[in-house]
Amino acid sequence: MNPTRKRRMTLVLLILGAVGVAAALTVYALQQNMNYLLTPSQVLAGQGAGYKTFRLGGMVKTGSVRRDAHSLTVDFTVTDGDHDLPVEYTGILPDLFRENQAVIATGHMDGARFVATEVLAKHDENYMPKELAAAMAKAHAKHHVGTPDPGPGTRQESAPAPSP
Amino acid sequence: MIPELGQLALILALLLALAQCALPLLGAWRGNAALMAVARPAAAGQAVFVALAFSVLAYAFLGFDFSVAYVADNANLALPWYYRFVAVWGAHEGSLLLWILILNFWTVAFAARSRHLPEPFAARALGVLGFVSVGFLLFILLTSNPFTRLLPMPADGADLNPLLQDPGMISHPPMLYMGYVGFSIAFAMAIAGLLGGELDNAWVRWSRPWTNVAWGFLTLGIVIGSWWAYAELGWGGWWFWDPVENASFMPWLVGAALIHAQAVTEKRGTLRAWTLLLAIFAFALSLLGTFLVRSGVLTSVHAFASDPRRGIFILGFLTAVVGGSLLIYALRAPKVAAGKAFATLSRETLILIANLMLVASAAMVLLGTLYPLIGEALNLGRISVGPPYFGFLFMLLMAPALFLLPFGPFARWGRADAGELARVLRIAAIAAVALGGTLGFLAWRGAHEFRALLGWVAAVWVLAGVIAYARKRWREAPAGRRYPAELLGMLLAHAGIGVFVAGALLTTALSVERDVRLAPGESVRVGGFDFRYDGVREVKGPNWLAQQGTVSVFDHGRPVTVLHPQKRTYERGQVQTEAAIRPGAVRDLYVALGEPLGDGGAWALRVYDKPFVRWIWAGGLLMMVGGFVAAADRRFRAKRAPQPAPAAATPAPVPAESAA
Repeated sequence: MNPTRKRRMTLVLLILGAVGVAAALTVYALQQNMNYLLTPSQVLAGQGAGYKTFRLGGMVKTGSVRRDAHSLTVDFTVTDGDHDLPVEYTGILPDLFRENQAVIATGHMDGARFVATEVLAKHDENYMPKELAAAMAKAHAKHHVGTPDPGPGTRQESAPAPSP
Repeated sequence: MIPELGQLALILALLLALAQCALPLLGAWRGNAALMAVARPAAAGQAVFVALAFSVLAYAFLGFDFSVAYVADNANLALPWYYRFVAVWGAHEGSLLLWILILNFWTVAFAARSRHLPEPFAARALGVLGFVSVGFLLFILLTSNPFTRLLPMPADGADLNPLLQDPGMISHPPMLYMGYVGFSIAFAMAIAGLLGGELDNAWVRWSRPWTNVAWGFLTLGIVIGSWWAYAELGWGGWWFWDPVENASFMPWLVGAALIHAQAVTEKRGTLRAWTLLLAIFAFALSLLGTFLVRSGVLTSVHAFASDPRRGIFILGFLTAVVGGSLLIYALRAPKVAAGKAFATLSRETLILIANLMLVASAAMVLLGTLYPLIGEALNLGRISVGPPYFGFLFMLLMAPALFLLPFGPFARWGRADAGELARVLRIAAIAAVALGGTLGFLAWRGAHEFRALLGWVAAVWVLAGVIAYARKRWREAPAGRRYPAELLGMLLAHAGIGVFVAGALLTTALSVERDVRLAPGESVRVGGFDFRYDGVREVKGPNWLAQQGTVSVFDHGRPVTVLHPQKRTYERGQVQTEAAIRPGAVRDLYVALGEPLGDGGAWALRVYDKPFVRWIWAGGLLMMVGGFVAAADRRFRAKRAPQPAPAAATPAPVPAESAA
């Protein structure tokens, strides 16, 4: 091989190596940070078992929100019409967290309870995240749990838990 | 009657845009000067009609014309006039109108400042801009008409989303769009060059100031957006890796790469094909950003209404623009001549590495942003990608670029002097370890603050490189020629990176965030300050009623400030948190109201200590100023010699060694 070719060869190998490392790191980072959205029915069917954290979507059951008297801990129940799941969250809920409204909570299962680290609520009476609306379409067909149509001029807001 | 006038103006603008697109391109192809001459008047006329349509919509808002559906959806009688004006771009239809208005602004600016360019080249570039304009005007007229009537006319309108009733709304969207749309000029010039086969370095020199200015505006738009989210979303974060933030960040990254690649191409003639490709991608990502925000395919803080027709139209247009330009590129790029060769150790190589890192970051962000769509298409379930993915990979990818940054200006074109680079390495390393280490050690409060130490070291590393180069110029260049605008802009922007890195890493490492329950009279200690909660009372604004808290802050008993966070309820019942912030050069004190807890007047409060958070935006502003200053360089303004002497017209006073 002449020197020019040799240099090009080294360069190509270096680039290939870099691309390989980058691809591996990307795949790793993606796998670590993928969150699946599940409904209570799916969780109770055991679909959440494989994940460290996932997102739980559904409606906040009417009359289920209870605040602890001395701390920021709040308990509520998320339902998709078929099944209920109790949720525990410590922190400040978003402004439009309401009963019988859509909510998406990120967190993990602790026994039979879902412990949320972040709670997202919609920002308008008529708005529901598209993915949640789709996930709940089946439940909605069977029961009337109030899945409103997405409306204009809406946004979501979120309340992350305080870092320790 | 008047809103129909707006509609008519848009239709006339579309006809002029068609003329601006088709005729000059035809003229340039056929060598017909008369057809080419249509470009400028058509662009000017189009701008007049678009401005008219925009004024009509603004007039409808200011005059409470609720017979226009868009006005009725986004304004009401209680909304103050300035927010009624801002509501023009508060939702989908109006913000597209703003997009087109800004495109017309850029087009007219280019038309006015391109008279020294060869006529076919300018005509082709204006034709390409006309094509973009046709696409967006069609989009507005077919799917998103802001002048649609609402019958019967309601007595009062809905409300502008309370989150948007903020001074940030006045400047954030226009500045962001100035950046997005500004990349259309570099894009149009690249395509014009490809179409005409004028692939010398000339088009790059003409397009450089446009790229710099567009990038400066985009930087400003992102900075304002970040500050706004921090102040308004009520929980003190400055960047969320939200899909819509990513949508503005991707063109920013590619734009930064483009600025550097253009410098190489202009000065050395190398990387020509790469520069063309970046110009195409910067604008393609701007269009993709518009698609992501406006189609509602991704759930985000900005998730507005989703209408599949709109998404499909933009996607089709995006495909036409990107596919078409890449086709032209594929046909013409092989004819691009190679430039001067360069050694492994040279400024070209350093810039190329930085370019690769920036583009790789943009690709990484793109993958993470679109992954939920990919997952849905492949039936992998409903997935979202968490912020740590972006944060981790971005730091990893940017670390080499930061490490190499001090060497860039010192490295010579073609072949760098290894000895000089070694000296720079010594200076920067000593400064970073000594000064950065000391500062980091002083702030040390535990092993988890490793990132704060890293922040100081990285910031000093970058700044030492910038200062060392500024000093070298001071000593070696003749007086008056020490800091030409282009070089000064480079120094400012690079210093901005140093300041930004310090801010980002220090804030992340040192912030203290507490959510607490406080009864009136109770205190909480956060970050060495005592926050005493003194209760809430009711206050009234123009169109809202608020619970306003009073929080007194003490530093070891000495009063520092009194903060008044609010929980507002707007007329239509929307609730909005207004955080209270005591800004400072080295720390922000931040309090937001959560919710009332029980009868005793107790509330949930967010109490934050945010050290160095302003450095993030200060760094961003420095980068913006750098972009603007570099664009003002005399070389870019120099008029070319009379036609036609394409390559010979390199005006004399080129600074000996100027920025990349």
